[in-house]
Amino acid sequence: MNIEKAEKIRKKLKESCVGVAGVGGLGSNAAISLARVGVGRLILVDFDSVEESNLDRQYYFRDQIGKVKVEALKENIKKINPWLKIDIFNQKLTVGSMDEPFHEADVIIEALDSAIAKTSFIEEIMQKLPDKPLVACSGVAGYGKSDRIETKHIGNLYICQDEQARSSDDDVLMAPRVALMANWEANIVLELLLGEDK
Amino acid sequence: MSIEVNGRKVDWVKDETIQHLLKRMKYTFPLVVVKIDEKVVPRDNFSEIIVPDGSKISVIHMISGG
Repeated sequence: MNIEKAEKIRKKLKESCVGVAGVGGLGSNAAISLARVGVGRLILVDFDSVEESNLDRQYYFRDQIGKVKVEALKENIKKINPWLKIDIFNQKLTVGSMDEPFHEADVIIEALDSAIAKTSFIEEIMQKLPDKPLVACSGVAGYGKSDRIETKHIGNLYICQDEQARSSDDDVLMAPRVALMANWEANIVLELLLGEDK
Repeated sequence: MSIEVNGRKVDWVKDETIQHLLKRMKYTFPLVVVKIDEKVVPRDNFSEIIVPDGSKISVIHMISGG
């Protein structure tokens, strides 16, 4: 291992703050990876509670069914990395105030479910926090076809996407692709925080 | 006399606005960004900006799932 590089990364990430909008399949898995690498502060926002049907792809456990998701995720992250600062907002992001929890984040992850919620969130963040890098995800449903996933980059917006995927309304959500794209988002976040890996 | 929309070659129509092009392409999904030749077009200008002949248009939209 390159100890010098590892130490540099550790210091930089410790000072970083990442906001996660939605902690379902994408957000819970992305947050866990960011916690494992030691991002110093995470802002987690979601209104939902853990349901049995979430366990096939979201980072929760059977004994957490019924628990508020942001609290359950904080608990799980603390088991991995107890030294992180985690701010939780158990609230629904509503148009007009979607940016509010994220002002102190260095990078924001969009991890919402419906296309309309995703679009509203991206529009509002790009408008109100135009200098803040935003990492979004589109087309997570289905299985296989990993090679169709790509990153689109427009200004401060980075979209991890599979343009040919079907809507989750007409398809299935499965752990491998959900975790793949969640970690794709987390990986873009690392590039944004640390600069390109040379 | 053609343009490219998301990699697909389609006919160029004189005086067609972005808004009309989106309608012609049946792009009714929630849109995020429209780019003409790599330049982002603000949403407020969709009904004013005319699509130039030979241009490359990218329409980025979001697909549900999370």
